Amino acid sequence: MTATTDTLTPTTSPLPERTRAAKWVHDTNAVFVREILVTLRDPFTLIFSLLQPLVFLGLFGPLLDGMLGSGTIEGESALQWFLPGVLVMIAIFGTGMVGGNLLYELMTGAYERILATPLDRSSILVGRALKEFAPLVVQALLITVVAIPFGLSFYPAHVLLGLLILGVFGIGLGSLSYALGLASKNREWVFWGVQQSLIFPLLLLAGMMLPLEAGPEWMQVVSKFNPLTYIVDAERALFAGTMWDSTVAWGLLAAIATCAVGLWVGIWKVKRTI
Amino acid sequence: MVEARGLTKTFTRKKEVVEAVKEVDLDVADGELVAFLGPNGAGKSTTLRMLTSLLRPTAGSAVVAGYDVVRHPAEVRARIGYIGQGNAGGYSYRVGDELQNQGRFYSVPADVARRRAGELLEALELSGMEKRTVLSLSGGQRRRLDVAMGLMNHPGLLFLDEPTTGLDPHARANLWEHIMRLRVENNMTMLLTTHYLDEADSMAERIVLIDHGTVIADATPVQLKRDFADDVVTLGLVPGTDTAAVVLEKARSVLPADISRVEEDHVADGTVRLVLATNHGPDLVPPVLRALEQVGVTVGSADVKQASLDDVFLNLTGRSLREEAA
Repeated sequence: MTATTDTLTPTTSPLPERTRAAKWVHDTNAVFVREILVTLRDPFTLIFSLLQPLVFLGLFGPLLDGMLGSGTIEGESALQWFLPGVLVMIAIFGTGMVGGNLLYELMTGAYERILATPLDRSSILVGRALKEFAPLVVQALLITVVAIPFGLSFYPAHVLLGLLILGVFGIGLGSLSYALGLASKNREWVFWGVQQSLIFPLLLLAGMMLPLEAGPEWMQVVSKFNPLTYIVDAERALFAGTMWDSTVAWGLLAAIATCAVGLWVGIWKVKRTI
Repeated sequence: MVEARGLTKTFTRKKEVVEAVKEVDLDVADGELVAFLGPNGAGKSTTLRMLTSLLRPTAGSAVVAGYDVVRHPAEVRARIGYIGQGNAGGYSYRVGDELQNQGRFYSVPADVARRRAGELLEALELSGMEKRTVLSLSGGQRRRLDVAMGLMNHPGLLFLDEPTTGLDPHARANLWEHIMRLRVENNMTMLLTTHYLDEADSMAERIVLIDHGTVIADATPVQLKRDFADDVVTLGLVPGTDTAAVVLEKARSVLPADISRVEEDHVADGTVRLVLATNHGPDLVPPVLRALEQVGVTVGSADVKQASLDDVFLNLTGRSLREEAA
């Protein structure tokens, strides 16, 4: 093929000269902008998605509080313990949806149009995961600020690191969801079935809604193999004001590992489907 | 613009190996308009998707717009336009936003993208629809938006996969009018797939007939019809005072030698029907009429049915494209 390459004159170079990294940042941003436009153009969904965690916190928090005689879990107030869990939950539900949003565009042809462009394949994954993650940053700050008058101690730097860990984890989970979406092309129910039956065990086995200490031993053992456990623990530590701690380091590591595996599977799937 | 050698794609479905495309060679020169014609599942779209770098070939290679599709897919994608079978615009997006998004995907500077989007919307009769959602457009409008989105990067080579399928005849004609004008204005080479015979016949300057994943013929529509199918001339001869046998004998004596097939038929009202198969029907009729008159045979009626691409496909494969496409 090398011989024939020279026989055809390439048309004028349409892509600007730049480094791979610069192209990747540009591409990821381009995908992110497209995805976020739907949310920005429709403020109603934006408002509801912001209110949702507040409602959840307002309804579930007091129940948890009432259940606990002493009013504390692992030495923390119920609010301080529960709020990071809610954040992780929103992150998971949000980024877990990436593949679901893709299903529709796979069907109509919009996804194929995106593949036909010179966009970096990993940018397509990361840009979409970031779109699901961006509202989370706003949601997180909002519920944290709202919770302050109710006795939440607020550590801005810690919360930012917590969001970063969630972001890295979210990109990995988003990519996995994306790969699942591609695998269930034209069989939507497969995506929703698998997604639903994975998310709840993952959530419960991470001690996100209720403390695992109250559960049987086998659950505690299984939870050690759930990357989400380390994320949840790290978030709790950070929200409680601990930063230089192995719990946080493990959380970061779990996030990076999930991100690496997710991107690897996702890119592999993007390259071999369609 | 396109140089493909031995392009092959096999799929494995449920442990069964399906050869969708088998060793296709194809050269498309600058400025050509080539149509892939064949029944559903013949491998047209699969070939197109390999040429547009959307599908990795199992074997073989292709250089498109100067770059190898496997080694430099992004360079290929940046230089070509691709209009797939589906709709390019996300249904919940605004028309204007989607065009800008395309511009960003191709790294087109924002001001250039804005200008180009405006020009394309105007050229495709979509002006004023920037703020409408894709979902709210009619089928024809949506298809025209697909074309606009495929042209945002100003490609020199455009691929269209069944561009008019699902549109009503009016919208089909309208879309073609737009595509053909844009082709001239932008000096584009075009490669399209279709299973509409009339479309291929009237639009394409060159037809690549595909069946079961292989190219079975590749020529201009006129050439294909001349080489692989016959025009059929039917003459109604009036016997008058002669017997039918005498009339036929006289007629046969003056027929040119290059007629490939002659059939005779006696019709109830006494006329004799003479059916001639030839590759140049319209040119044949006047001299034959004159010759028959000279030997005293009266011709009561004459009919010419020119060869169609369906005849070509039927003669090459034994199957009718018309039935399969329905």
